[in-house]
Parts: sequence; structure tokens; C-alpha cells
Amino acid sequence: MNAIMGTIKEKGQDSTVLAHVLRLLNERHGYGLRLLLLSVDEGIAGYRDDSLAAVRRSRGRLGLPLHVVSYQELYGWSMDRIVRHTGSRNNCTFCGVFRRQALDRGAVLLGADKIATGHNADDVAETILMNFLRGDVGRLQRCAEILTGGEGALPRCKPLKHAYEKEIVLYAYFQGLDYFSTECVYAPNAYRGHVRALLKDLEAIRPSSVADLVHSGERLAVRKDVRLPVQGTCRRCGYFSSQPLCKACVLLEGLNRGLPKLAIGKTNRLQKALLEGEKPRADLETEENSRVGRTIDF
Amino acid sequence: MLGKNRCIYPGEKVLLAFSGGPTSSSMLRQVQEGLNREAAKKLRFKPGIIYIDEGAVCGRTLDEREKTCRQVEAILQASGFPYHLVFLEEVFDLPASVLNSLSHRPADQAHSYKEAVADFTRWRQQCEKKEGAATSLEDRLAECSLQGCAWKERLAVLDTSSFPASHTELSRLFGAVKSLTAKEELLQTLRTHLILHVARRNGYSKVMVGDSCTRVSVKLLTNLCLGRGAFLAMDTGFSDSRHGDILILRPMREYPAKEIIFYNYLFGVPTIFTPGLGTKASDRASIHLLIESFLCKLQSEFPSTVSTVYRTGEKLSAAPREVDSGVPTAPAQCLLCLCPLDTNVEDGSSLQSMLLSEQLCPRPPAENCCETGRTQAGCCGRPPVVGDSSQLLPLLCYGCRLTVKELVSVQGKVCATRRAPASADAKVCSCSQDWAQGKVARSLSHHTFTRRLSASDAGLR
Repeated sequence: MNAIMGTIKEKGQDSTVLAHVLRLLNERHGYGLRLLLLSVDEGIAGYRDDSLAAVRRSRGRLGLPLHVVSYQELYGWSMDRIVRHTGSRNNCTFCGVFRRQALDRGAVLLGADKIATGHNADDVAETILMNFLRGDVGRLQRCAEILTGGEGALPRCKPLKHAYEKEIVLYAYFQGLDYFSTECVYAPNAYRGHVRALLKDLEAIRPSSVADLVHSGERLAVRKDVRLPVQGTCRRCGYFSSQPLCKACVLLEGLNRGLPKLAIGKTNRLQKALLEGEKPRADLETEENSRVGRTIDF
Repeated sequence: MLGKNRCIYPGEKVLLAFSGGPTSSSMLRQVQEGLNREAAKKLRFKPGIIYIDEGAVCGRTLDEREKTCRQVEAILQASGFPYHLVFLEEVFDLPASVLNSLSHRPADQAHSYKEAVADFTRWRQQCEKKEGAATSLEDRLAECSLQGCAWKERLAVLDTSSFPASHTELSRLFGAVKSLTAKEELLQTLRTHLILHVARRNGYSKVMVGDSCTRVSVKLLTNLCLGRGAFLAMDTGFSDSRHGDILILRPMREYPAKEIIFYNYLFGVPTIFTPGLGTKASDRASIHLLIESFLCKLQSEFPSTVSTVYRTGEKLSAAPREVDSGVPTAPAQCLLCLCPLDTNVEDGSSLQSMLLSEQLCPRPPAENCCETGRTQAGCCGRPPVVGDSSQLLPLLCYGCRLTVKELVSVQGKVCATRRAPASADAKVCSCSQDWAQGKVARSLSHHTFTRRLSASDAGLR
């Protein structure tokens, strides 16, 4: 069985600890896993290059093969270039969507069966709060589960789901693990920042509240009659998606047209426009542009 | 909202929970309007009002409390409805039966509203026949308002030392709870019990609570953070049927706080400000306050925040998620909040890992105690209190466990700091223990009794 770990967190300690622990347990108990490291290079100068250097060093220590996929080669856009186009807001939307797909693609490329990510309890609690604030019921139901995915996508698991961020940092510190930890240069403007600050405050008031949030997320029950999005596949790239076109394709389309804000917010009309534009490309171009112009004004 | 969810039958007695705040005041006014107006959508139920004085918890003096009560009484008298002024101290006199969820009408699952109304009127006629003609409705109403008026004597009783136990007991109980978060939860639980009791004793079958849209959103997020995720729909939904015979309704939950303030301002609705537990505390004093300030800040930046949270809450169901293992366990209820228990330990769940880490590194209560109080003799004379809580905890849901844990763990700390003389400590401990134990003992018997009853019922059918 293959398993792949991605260093998908912007703070490297989680995935470093995950790689360390999995390798240790694999050797000690003979799980028979073949572990591979996968890292995503977003192309953020001054942030990812340093952390990749740390990943390379830890590869040397762990003795595991490392692969790096970059946004530049997958999508033709690096995060720095995207930010130059979009401005300081909504960067994390691009980065998050692209990273998720980059991990899956990288894992398929390597022939892995499972992806293990370094999400800790704080991350899960944060995601629950985020999804509640955004009203995303479908994700709200899924995000607290330890094993997600299934048909279509590669299954993902979060082995560190019940470990607090603090515990992980302490573990890394006492094990003398070499990790890289800085805030992403573009992160401070994200909506997630508010939620993260709230979570830190909550933890200060009642330390168990992180675990309580995870418990809440596990026990949430969504009403039967609520229409949940159905999972399909993207018509353009074949990646799984609840819409006819996956989010990454829509975002990319916006970028390539020079209208990056296109795909942020309501995208129903854009989806339709893009799908119609698939076949008779040249004829609809002008009409689409006018439509697009209206959505941007809004 | 009431018209959309038709659940109040004509002539039914409905209790309005009144706190003096803007939302409940405006609810009272709207009910008055609905009853007075000769419009098509006239309300047809018989309202009564309950006001609970919580001054003891917040450390207010009796004079201050009397002043507030007088103000409240003036407003309630002006409304012309029968009213009940209740003190939170009376929670100690509650019978254990409050903790049971009764359902006195098994045929509650009527399909259409008309059938339900017919059922209800038939049932009421039966009841009245049973009670006989002696106690007519007017008599009972008079009795109710009489009860409301007698509050001064009762406050005096609290003042004079003939009834001192419950007052000091209550402030001790709340003194024993360290964090404001747990205090607020405890207060809410006790308040609900008291309202339920009054409603049952006076024959009300519905209780209306003034939770605005803003309040509901804050409550949703707060309860999410308190580990009550399984009960979000029950705690904030329009109707809450967990108590069986008494339905709690939230008719104001579609109006944001701002609209209510405007309504009150435009129609001159009087409100009363009473300092609560969280008044004058900082934003970070409790989870409740933190979430409230967080949502308000976010709302000013992203104006759709509150309504999004509210709508997310709408999509949740009160029924618990199905358990994978096919073991049909009896739907046991939490002792305090009466929700179905959410503490079945599943593989890989947060609860399981929590229990595991508690097992791996147990708190050493006796040791702590000795370290700080080494010089004082008799420090370890008392056995650790863990035994009591372990008896109580399995009967509680996850969220209430957290509250009770703080109630109990405080005792070790009170003991450790040893600021007060030892006797006072012991009293605080024993007080809260007594309260908890008494409740357990009382409710345990009731619980097993009712469970057996329902089991035999099921067997008969």
C-alpha cells in the first residue's frame, strides 16, 4: 500500500511531525506502508522557497523520496503572479483551490493510494467555524470526519486530527525536528484570519474548546430535506466537482482572461457562459465579455 | 412566524418569558397587539407572563432587586395579563419531576392542524370535567395574578432569615463555578427548569422565548464552541419539543436585534435594563461574550454574517445522526438539558481521544492539594471529590459535562488556594456536592422509574 504525505500546510511543523510519526510507527509496527513525500510549490517568494529547503533537509533525515509539484507547471501561474493580478484580497481562495487539486494530481502522478495530510485539531475546529460562517452545509457535514473522499478522488486522512497545534509544536521542538514556520506573506488579509484569532481567544478562555468544537462538528446533523450538492466531475479537466466545471478551471479561466475576480462570489452565470463557450468558441467571445463585465460591476 | 408554524391552539395557555430586555418586551407588545386588534390574523391564545429575578447570582442587593421587581411589575400590570414573578432561589424547591420529560398526550402526532385543534379542545374539555366546575378559569386566573402579587412577601421571606438557606446556597453554588462560561450555562439551565416548573404548575402548555435573530446566531456559534453541536437545532429552532408536554417557541427568531430596537423606539415600548452575569465583564471573560463581540465585529465588516449563520442553523436537524453500529440503545436524556445523550463513544471520535488522554494522564487532585498546603494540617483529610462527579457525569451530555466538570474541579482549586478558612471551603464543596448528589439521587430514581414505565408501555403496545 502506498501512502503520500503532502506538506500542504503553510506552517510546516504539522506535516514534518506527521512524516516523522508515520515513518516511526511504520518501522516500529511494520504497517508495510510505502511512504512518499509530496510538496506543493505555490511560487511565493520569501515564503515557500525557504520552507521547501526545510522539506529537502528533512527528506535527507527521513530517507523518504520527495516530489515537488509547482503551480507554475500545473497551471502556468505562480501565486506571486496571481497576487499581482488580483490585489491583496481573495488570494487564499486561489491558493486553496489550486493546492487541493495540485495535491491530488501529484498523488495520482506518483501512483499513491491514500493522502495523509497534517491537519490538526485546531485546523479542523477552524474549518468547522469557517463553514458555519459561510453557510456551507455540505462541507460542514464532511469536514470533521477523519477519513474523507472515496469514489472518484483519492481518500484523504488526517492522522493528527485530535492533536492540538501546541502539542505538535512541542513534539517537534523536543524531537529536534527541523521545520519551517512563518505566516504566509499573503495570509493576513484572509477571512480565515478572523476565525483563527477567534479560535485562539476561545482556547485561552477554555482550553478544551478546540476539542469541543471538533466534537460538535462530528455530531452535527443536517436536515434530510436540505438539498446538498451532488458530486460530479469537471467537464474540462475530469477532476471531481459539484458544478459542471470545477472551481480551479473557473478560476484559471478568469486569470487567463485577465479578469481574476470573475470566479469569486456567485459563479452560476459564469459557469453557464463558460460551458456554452466550450464549443462555438469564437462566436460567443464578445457576448461573454459583455456578460462578464456586468458581473464584475456587481 | 406563528402563522407559518401553526402550533398554538385557540384558547391555549401560553407563557411568555419576559426579561425586561428589548426582544422580550417587544414580543409582549406584539402579543398584546395581536390579541387586541380586530384583524384577520388575530391571536387566539391566553397569555401569561413569567419574570425571573436573577439578582442573587449577580450579587445585587435586595433593595436593588426590589426596585427592579417594582419596575417590572408596573409593566406587567399595564399589560393586563396574569403574571408570575419568580426568584431564582426557588429553584432549590423544585421537585425532581422537572427533570423528566413527560408526554401526557400520546396522540400528539396529529396530521393536520384542524385535527390537532379538535384533539386539543376535546382534551381540554375532559380536563375541565375532571377538575369539576368549582375551579373555573376565572378563579384560576385570579389565583395566578395573586401569586404574582405575593412576590413582596416572598422577597421579605428571603430577607428575613427564616429562609436563608436557599439565598446563600445559590450564591455559593455560583461562587463555586470558576468560569463565567460555566456560570452562564448553569444559569440558563436553572432558568429553564424554573420556567418549566411554573408552566406545568399553572397549566401552560407552551412557552414563548424572546430570542432574536442576532441572539439565535450568537447562540448557534456559542453552543458549537461548547460542544453542543448535536443539539443546535433544538437549542435554537422555532419549536423545541424536548420537554414533551411543554413546547418552547421562539417566535422572534426572524427579527434581527436592530429591527427590534427600532420597533421599540417607534412604538414606545418600555424596556428595563437589569445587569446580568456578563455586564461590565470584558469581551474575553466568557465564550458567550467573546462570540457575541466577534459576530458583531464581523457583521459590521460583512453585513450578511448574522443571517448566514442563522440560515445555516435552519438547515440542521434535531434528530441525532444515525449511529453506524446497529445496537439500539435507549434514547437516554441528559440530566440537565434534557437532550438525547450524544456521548456514545465512536471509534476515532473526539470524545474517544479525549477520554483516552484523560486516562493516560489523570489529574492528581490530592497531590496538588498537598503541595500548596503542605504547612496546613488536615489538608488531605477529605477524600478527593472525583468519585462524586464520576457518578454524575455519565448521565450528562457532552456540553453539560463540561459545565459540571468546572463546578467540581473548582473544589480542588478552592482547597488548593486556601484563602478562606477550611470550614468555609468544606461548606462550599459540600454544598455543590449536595446539590449535585441530591439531584442525581432524586432524578436517578425518577429516571429509572420513567424509563421502566416507557419500556412497559412499549411492551404493552
